[in-house]
Amino acid sequence: MKGVFVALLALFSLLAMPRPSHAQPADTSAGETFSNPNLEARARHLQRQLRCLVCPGESVDESASPFSADIRHLVRQQIAAGQSDQQIEDFLVARYGDSILMKPPVVPDTWLLWLAPFLVLGTGGIVAWLVIKKAAAREA
Amino acid sequence: MIGELGQLALCFALALSLVMAVSGLMGARAHASAARKVATSSTLGFLVFVVLSFGTLTYAFVVSDFSIIDVASNSHTLKPLVYKISGVWGNHEGSMLLWVLVLALYAGLVAVLQRGGERLTSAALGVQGLLAFAFLLFILFTSNPFLRLDPAPFEGAGLKPLLQDPGLAMHPPMLYAGYVGLSASFSYAAAAMMVGEEGWARAARPFMLIAWIALTSGIALGSWWAYYELGWGGFWAWDPVENASLMPWLIATALLHSALATEKSGAFRTWTLLLAIAGFSMSLIGTFLVRSGVLSSVHAFASDPTRGFFIMMLIALAIGGALALFAWRAPKLQGGAAFASVSRESALLLNNVFLVASCACVFVGTLYPLVLDALNRTKISVGPPYYVLTFAPIFFALLLLVPFGPKLGWKRGDLKTAWRSLVPALGLAAIAAVAVLAIASPRSLAATGAFAVAGWLIGASILDIRKRRGARASAFAAALAHAGLGISLMGVTGTTVWRSESLTVVAPGQKMTVGPYALRFDGVTREKGPNYIADRGHFALMDGDKVKAMLQPEHRFYPAEGEDMNDTAIHTTGWRDLYLALGDDRGGGRFAIRAYVSPLAPLIWLGGLVMALGGILSLWGRLRVKEPEKAPAAPAVALAAE
Repeated sequence: MKGVFVALLALFSLLAMPRPSHAQPADTSAGETFSNPNLEARARHLQRQLRCLVCPGESVDESASPFSADIRHLVRQQIAAGQSDQQIEDFLVARYGDSILMKPPVVPDTWLLWLAPFLVLGTGGIVAWLVIKKAAAREA
Repeated sequence: MIGELGQLALCFALALSLVMAVSGLMGARAHASAARKVATSSTLGFLVFVVLSFGTLTYAFVVSDFSIIDVASNSHTLKPLVYKISGVWGNHEGSMLLWVLVLALYAGLVAVLQRGGERLTSAALGVQGLLAFAFLLFILFTSNPFLRLDPAPFEGAGLKPLLQDPGLAMHPPMLYAGYVGLSASFSYAAAAMMVGEEGWARAARPFMLIAWIALTSGIALGSWWAYYELGWGGFWAWDPVENASLMPWLIATALLHSALATEKSGAFRTWTLLLAIAGFSMSLIGTFLVRSGVLSSVHAFASDPTRGFFIMMLIALAIGGALALFAWRAPKLQGGAAFASVSRESALLLNNVFLVASCACVFVGTLYPLVLDALNRTKISVGPPYYVLTFAPIFFALLLLVPFGPKLGWKRGDLKTAWRSLVPALGLAAIAAVAVLAIASPRSLAATGAFAVAGWLIGASILDIRKRRGARASAFAAALAHAGLGISLMGVTGTTVWRSESLTVVAPGQKMTVGPYALRFDGVTREKGPNYIADRGHFALMDGDKVKAMLQPEHRFYPAEGEDMNDTAIHTTGWRDLYLALGDDRGGGRFAIRAYVSPLAPLIWLGGLVMALGGILSLWGRLRVKEPEKAPAAPAVALAAE
């Protein structure tokens, strides 16, 4: 038993994780990048929360479409102008509608969407509890 | 000529599927052995004609017979042979024919293996015949792959370059083997309700296992393909098409667990029947989503609804019919097993609650935007953040509970003993958590938790394997499958939390560092492939002054299709991937290059492979042991044997 754990410990310690390199060359012309890593991280995070509306299933961050390039440009412009993440999202929603957000908004129309998984879980839990109680009564 | 031959074979198959359906269902009665013989032989005949038809279409693709519309619009003479063949299922018509081919193969297997009583098998063949009949009608009336084109063009339109890849050649057949494999459990369940036989779960088990193995491998293969082909280093996007394959997997997993309880102690009889129906229903719904065009736009679907409407009717008939049968017959099956509240049965039931809730989550997330749109309410997108908040916690809770299942005895288990035997697994969980905190940066609470759970799962599996050395294959198989979950979890966490990337422009001769890697850019050469022209980047992975490996990402242009494609280069140590994608030409030999370092990425698919191996082991154990099948296996007998 002990041998297994020693082996696994050794195995885990082998997983030398790379430290992410924040020190990127400041201003490469490969797309726009902020030289300030905090602003860059914000931009990347926002881009991942936005959906490319012309390509199925890709975020603005990943997509190579001209639409996404425009949105990326817009996001960076607004960050540079000192807008907050919320303000930028609101601006984009006003312009393109809710579907640009990867995370659906919580509004009456989407209550069921957000609640359904937990309703099923709860109902299933109650039913399972009843079934188990009945089976236990039979067993006793 | 060849096209007509395929079409004719398809028509014969249609006729035989009807014979199969009628004689199979008639054979469900006690004194109808003649009908049962007809059912078996018509099934084999049906299989022969479907194979012939599929072979014909494949031949047409191989010889580039552009007088067939399907070939002309999806193939090209310059395509390598393997992509001419995979092009058969790289389009709607051909993929539906593949669907029916897989259905026919399963029907043939049911007919040859004759598992369960002969009445049960016959009724199951009857149901397979009904399904085949409906799908063949669908193909012949809305998606005929053999339609002609006059005059035939000199050259075909080609296949989307994205699909010209070995991963895609394998992915759809694998996934279909899983999707359609669930039809066998469905047919057996429906047959069991007609005949009233309770040993159906044992008879159908190998088919459930084959379907589950194929689904697991198919999903893993698809995710791997997305990883290296799409050029973004992502492995799962919660795209509706991916979700369509995940839903049947979740239900099939639930079915495997519930059917085990039904088989061993007669518990959850009706529930297992319902899951068998639900599993194939999910396959049908997935087929509908992917094939009807409803995903690209609800309104595009509404403007040409023939295909979608046909599949919708088909789904309604299949699911509705099965559920009606269920409502009619299931109350009579109600046995009501007896087991203590702490027992293997309870654990399996809990497993099912979580799996069904996870599936509900994917189901709602996939269909909700379509329904809102169809009702002309707001347009929304349901992307990864939704699943992180709903699916992830539910599935995570399930993973926490997994190790207890195998530790609890049938009928009556002891939680204290289970806890005590799991202490070493807890130790491994703690070690994993501490190791992550000590080694990895940035520190992440989620990653620490995920690694603890992975350690917990793998530790418990090791305990199971050690304890039951020389024991039944099934216990070993379960341990492998559960360990696979832990391995994949580590991979998913590592890639998601610690992935680093850089986007740079490099000139020939320039050095660059990506995470712990040092690379030297040796320039780009122009290469000519069989049906594309490529810019091939040459990157030397340096170890001091020595070149350790060459990475050659490509940017390809396919003139026939007029499309661009990235071909990534991946250097893996098994623990960590260095991933390069070549970007735009910036002039003067300079190129943009996107590089990712994805720690533990290979574990995602290794875990999938381990899970599939668990399934294969379980299947092997089942088929090796010749079980007393002719006599309807009473649950009590099965329990005594255990």
